[in-house]
Amino acid sequence: MAIPLVRIFSKSFKQLSRPWGACQAGWRSTSSRSVPDVASHHPAEVVSSFPPLQTYTEEEGMMREAVKKYAQERIFPLVSQMDENSQMDKEVIKSLFEQGLMGIEIDPEYGGTGSSFFSSILVIEELAKVDPSVAVLCDIQNTLINTLFVKLGTPAQKEKYLNRLSTDMIGSFCLSEAESGSDAFALKTRAEKHKDYYVINGSKMWISNAEHAGVFLVMANVDLSAGYRGITCFIVDRDTEGLEIGKKENKLGLRASSTCPLNFDNVKVPEKNILGEIGHGYKYAIGMLNEGRIGIAAQMLGLAQGCFDHTVPYTRQRVQFGKRIFDFQGMQHQIAHVATQIEAARLLTYNAARLKEAGRTFIKEACMAKYFSAEVATLTTSKCIEWMGGVGFTKDYPIEKYYRDCKIGTIYEGTTNIQLSTMAKFIDKEYNV
Amino acid sequence: MSGRVLVGVKRVIDYAVKIRVKPDNTGVVTDGVKHSMNPFCEIAVEEAVKLKEKKLIKEVVAVSCGPQQSQETIRTALAMGADRGIHVDVSGKDYENLGPLQVSKILAALAKQEDAQLILLGKQAIDDDCNQTGQMTAALLDWPQGTFASEVSLEGDKINLVREIDGGLEHIKINTPAVITADLRLNTPRYATLPNIMKAKKKKIVTVKPADLGVDVTSRLEVLKVEEPPQRQAGMKVETVEDLVVKLKEAGRV
Repeated sequence: MAIPLVRIFSKSFKQLSRPWGACQAGWRSTSSRSVPDVASHHPAEVVSSFPPLQTYTEEEGMMREAVKKYAQERIFPLVSQMDENSQMDKEVIKSLFEQGLMGIEIDPEYGGTGSSFFSSILVIEELAKVDPSVAVLCDIQNTLINTLFVKLGTPAQKEKYLNRLSTDMIGSFCLSEAESGSDAFALKTRAEKHKDYYVINGSKMWISNAEHAGVFLVMANVDLSAGYRGITCFIVDRDTEGLEIGKKENKLGLRASSTCPLNFDNVKVPEKNILGEIGHGYKYAIGMLNEGRIGIAAQMLGLAQGCFDHTVPYTRQRVQFGKRIFDFQGMQHQIAHVATQIEAARLLTYNAARLKEAGRTFIKEACMAKYFSAEVATLTTSKCIEWMGGVGFTKDYPIEKYYRDCKIGTIYEGTTNIQLSTMAKFIDKEYNV
Repeated sequence: MSGRVLVGVKRVIDYAVKIRVKPDNTGVVTDGVKHSMNPFCEIAVEEAVKLKEKKLIKEVVAVSCGPQQSQETIRTALAMGADRGIHVDVSGKDYENLGPLQVSKILAALAKQEDAQLILLGKQAIDDDCNQTGQMTAALLDWPQGTFASEVSLEGDKINLVREIDGGLEHIKINTPAVITADLRLNTPRYATLPNIMKAKKKKIVTVKPADLGVDVTSRLEVLKVEEPPQRQAGMKVETVEDLVVKLKEAGRV
């Protein structure tokens, strides 16, 4: 059992350990040089064959620190105002691009950062601790849009879009419709073929980032009689005639993230704007959403942690009946319970990410991570408001925002019920002897 | 002026951490405590990188003296834009006793070895608050020094400097090569962007020992005891100025 694990680790760490000048080859040296999460330093570090999940390469550690600092200084001051106005600040969007956070896995050849999936996950987690709306913008860009272009784009498409996606253009992923959410493949938006172009008609709903997106990846059906096997992915530029971006929803949470309906009225899209193959859109959607799921898990995880981090210091200061409210056993038990849930969510999320990087099957684990993290976020935020007492209920403190933001976690990118059903399918297969 | 700039970066306990004295009073707790680059060193790195971006200097070399972990600090400087790093390996007891005099000797030796035109340092480190390394290094090299710099501009082979001093701002002009120490308002350090962190991985860090530079790091100082500052006492409120004078006399302050 140990040997395959070593090989897998060396495959995932190989790309990280090679550039180090004075470094020995192989994953062992990477894990002994990596900095554990709680920036502690063990001068005589024991080289472990199975490093804990919270083991990061130096590059991942540096990225996390950089994003943490950036989020605290550049995003935190604007969070409340962006939520109140339901508007993402343009400076925030600009600085996300400047920091290289919108093209984490894109090759430097196209202006990207050229880092790994796990780095994206860490970035999303750190951003979510400060503002889950900003985190979801970064998540969709990196795990859905960029991945689709990188995996499926023709050289011409990559040339045209990847540079822009990593430097100044936001993308939107358009699958859901008014009549098809979980039942995604029942989508009705159709694309009729004419010579060398298609005409798209229909409408989409619940499209994130739509307010600022420059490019839309639209799932439309070229042959409704073929059912889901007609679904095709089209690249539609924002300024295409007939594309109408509707008024954004007035939401309970994640308010700074724009969520708009889209209308397609005889939108002409050239054939060369098809991403991947005709009729394979359903496969791409499922594939990308499997990965995007881990990103959402990271977002919910960061949300829970951020909320928790704001609350515990308060419980250590607030004194009632002559002692800190943290010192009451009832509080301690609740706090410890929530901390455990967050830790478990973290391990599920990190493991799903590492499994994906290692090229192993990860779908069931990704479902588990997303489902569990969303539940933990709901529990954590609810409890945090209680622990804060009256002030937790006011907008003067950031807690109530986390409470409102977390709810969407159990709904978007695959509802909790869908996650559970997917997991059950895998479990069923596992016992099929 | 073209050429090489040496920037000293020190790994210190992070400014946000609450410092605790070790139970045996020999020092402060550093195990398991978050460390980062000294804030004034960050400002120095930023200034050096800015000079390079203006094409006024050719190469920025980040230097740090300390144990293996000092390489992380160098790596951060590389991610901010430094070109390469030199890690002077000092660990164990030598590291505990490492002070401005030894570091100055090391920097002076490196400046000669690397043929540096400029040495940029933070004005002081937030752990020992010594504020000596820049001045000592300049003296050892017999170079002019511009300390507490809040503005730096290069003019041919001279440097115009604005210094923050008690009386206000002092404008001086010094020759190169020189040592400059950065004060708070010199600039605002940039964040290491993710692409730069990735690029930093490819930049070289060379490790040397003080002995290789002909420097003896034995300390002439011995730390006898480290203790917490006295607990802050509560203040007192008085009704009138007369009361205040009485209280001050009682406390022996007047």
